[in-house]
Order: sequence, then C-alpha cells, then structure tokens
Amino acid sequence: MLRLITLHVNGKDVEVAVAPGEKLSDTLRKKLGFTSVKKGCEVGECGACTVLIDGVSYDSCIYLTQWAIGKDVITVEGLKSLEGELSEIQKAFIQEAAVQCGFCTPGIIMSAVEIVGQKKKFTREELRRLTSGHLCRCTGYENILNAIEKANDKINGFGEWQDKVVDVSN
Amino acid sequence: MFDVKELYIAKSVDDALRLLDENENSMIISGGTDVLIKLREGKFSDAVLVSVNGLDELRYVKIDEQGAIRIGSTSCFTYVEEHPIINEHIPVLGYAAGQVGGPQIRNAGTIGGNVCNAATSADTATALFAMNAKLRLRSANGERILSIHEFYTGPGKTVRNRNELLIELIIDKEDYEGFCGKYIKYAMREALDIATLATTGYVKLSEDKKTIEEARLAFGVAAPTPIRARKCEEFLKGKPATAETLEALKSMILDEVNPRTSWRASKEFRQQIIKENSKRALAASIKLCGGELDA
Repeated sequence: MLRLITLHVNGKDVEVAVAPGEKLSDTLRKKLGFTSVKKGCEVGECGACTVLIDGVSYDSCIYLTQWAIGKDVITVEGLKSLEGELSEIQKAFIQEAAVQCGFCTPGIIMSAVEIVGQKKKFTREELRRLTSGHLCRCTGYENILNAIEKANDKINGFGEWQDKVVDVSN
Repeated sequence: MFDVKELYIAKSVDDALRLLDENENSMIISGGTDVLIKLREGKFSDAVLVSVNGLDELRYVKIDEQGAIRIGSTSCFTYVEEHPIINEHIPVLGYAAGQVGGPQIRNAGTIGGNVCNAATSADTATALFAMNAKLRLRSANGERILSIHEFYTGPGKTVRNRNELLIELIIDKEDYEGFCGKYIKYAMREALDIATLATTGYVKLSEDKKTIEEARLAFGVAAPTPIRARKCEEFLKGKPATAETLEALKSMILDEVNPRTSWRASKEFRQQIIKENSKRALAASIKLCGGELDA
C-alpha cells in the first residue's frame, strides 16, 4: 500500500508516494531524479549510495524511505551554490584528480561533507578510517584522501593550502 | 524494494510493544543493517515490520544509583563508541563498537540489534559476554532481565519472544570496576568485514599488579554462539600476570571452543588464531591494567 509522505531533500519539501519496503536510494533516484545516489552493492558495503540525513552519513540502500520523514536529506545535487557553482569539496576532488570512473565519487563526497563539517584537523589514519565505508576500484584512494584533506584545510582554515591550489573554475 | 507488507514506525517504547502485540507475525527492525539484508536475501517475505529506528527514548548511556552502566538498545555503534561514560569505564566496548562495518553502518546499526541478531561474529558480543551484560526485555505482558549467557540459543537464535523488545543492556559495577579489556577482531580487511575470529580478554589484577585476580576470555566465531572460556578463566585466577601463565593457556584453550570450517577460514586456522589471540588479548589487558609482561 502506497503512503503519501513529505520528504525534505536538498532544502526543498517534496511529496512522494512510497511503499512500506521502499528504500531511500530508490526513492531518491527513481522518483525524485537525484541520480547522484548510486546503486552499487545494495547491501551497505560499498558506500556509493551514501547520503546525509540530519547531517549524518547513511547508506541509503539499507535505509527505509519512511524513516526519513521529518529529516533533512542531502545528496550531491544539494551541494552546488545558487549560481550552480561546485562546492569547495567537489573542486578539491577535481584539482586532486580524485575522480576516475566517478561511480563512487558522489558517495565519498557526501562523507567528505560530514568530515569537513566536524571542523577538525584529521590525521591521514583518521581520514582513512572516516572514509572506510567506501569502495573505489580505480584510484587507490590516495588522491581521494588528498582531496578531502585539501578541502578540509581550505574550508576550515588549516595548513598552507593556498600555494597549492590550481584554479580550475574556468 | 524490500518485501515488506506493512511498516509501523513506533513513536515510543509503549507504542512499539502495542504494535508488536497487535500484529501477529510482526518483527522488530532497528538500524536495519541486518534485517534489511536478510529481507533482500529473501529470508522473510511479506514482512510486517515494527520499526524502533531512531527511537530517542532508547538512545542513552547512563550510570544508575547502583553504579551499573545502562545502554539503551537503539544506541547506534557510533554513539556507543563516542560516549564519555563508555570511554571512561568500559573502553573495550567502545572500541569493539568501532570495529563494526564502516562509518555509515555504525551510524545506522545499533547495539541492541547486534545482540538480538545473534550472529556469533557480532563485534560487540564478546565484550558484552566478558562483562556479564544483562538484558532487559519488555513486552506488553511485562518485563524480564536475563544474563547475556542465557540469551543465545544458536546462530541467529535467542530466547527473545517475538513480541519482546530489548530495552537496555546493563553492566554491573562489579563487572567493570578495576577491569581492563582488549578486543581483537581478526578479519581479512580493516573495515567492512565480518570477524573471522573475535576475542575479548578482560582482566582484573591484584593491587601490586603482579597477580591475576580475575580473568575473562570470550570468543565469537569459535562456536555457534559467542562463548566464554570458563576453564581457562578458572586456571588464570590467582596466577602471576606473566607471559608464561598466558603461554600455558595454549594447551588448554582448544578444549573449550568448537570452531568450524567456513569460506572465511578453516577450522584449523581458527584454532590457531584462537590460541594466539587469547594470549594477545589477555596480554594487552594486563598491560592496560598496569601490569608488566616480560616479553
């Protein structure tokens, strides 16, 4: 039986009819068109479907849509500015060549948003642990960690990031 | 799409107990990291779910008047891992909670679910076994408190009735005061893996730190349910806290375990890591307690 619910996704209220066993990744992709949410393993192991719910990262493939009622859901589509500009985290991923095939990228970006939001300087080991809920089969992770570190330094004002930044906005 | 016929989202504990009572064949879902996987594998069909996901009422860690630590069952692993009371009094449990899956799984999965799902490999189970955790179960008909040692009956099986909700886990003061513990997860990967063998050593030393006053040793995946090695514990009682004492365990420990061959590892390999990791977990516990181990 379908139930009409209101979800708050990327800053907007949306009405959607959902089944009891519907998972959030399906609702976001198929009904709301947020295709940045990737379906990889579908058992909570690869992290490609990671979204933020009230600021906390979850695998949306093992999260029932109705659990998100009354909560704030953010996907990569919600990160761009009103002018359509990429976020600093996304820019850092481009600058550090942290994207190859790109399938794991949106999920990792969402974890990066959560990490950067903690406003702390993390060691490399801590960053590895914080991103350990993601699998990437291309990059070997080094550039991903470089990108997250760079974004964290820049946004939270740690370190000497300025010298290293290459402007890719054009 | 999971094969769910009906989903009831409980707004309180009472609400959950009423829903469980009213809906025959309904089952509890908490973080969903096990139940949804089982649904996807087709282990249940037309499921009627009573969800306690995110129930604030059961998300807590506190110390009661008797000094017992009480952990609400819907506390997620991240919450348990980061909680100051856990870190001060029973850091071994916080560490074990931090070994589950990856960050997203730890944000969703709950300690109550970890116990009720009854996997022998559950990361928090061996620490809870070592600490003689007690479980408060409640149904519409009443409440009972069970030792975790009476709770498991087999892989994925417990004595919990369908309409009973695990409310909280209780760790008495005498089961944590003066104890230090170490959890060792043996797995192929450092993240997103299930334990090939889980071991918790838990030790209390004499005042001069030279004698083992009490030692506890718990294993996961060494038998169909998590277990304690009671004979080894008895042997260790009152023995000097030395490497030789721990070395002596190697010849006794295999009598108390019953590991099997699975695709993760053979029985023989598991026996080998049981021998080695009991020693390592107890040695680390002794050191945490301030004892000195000569090599």
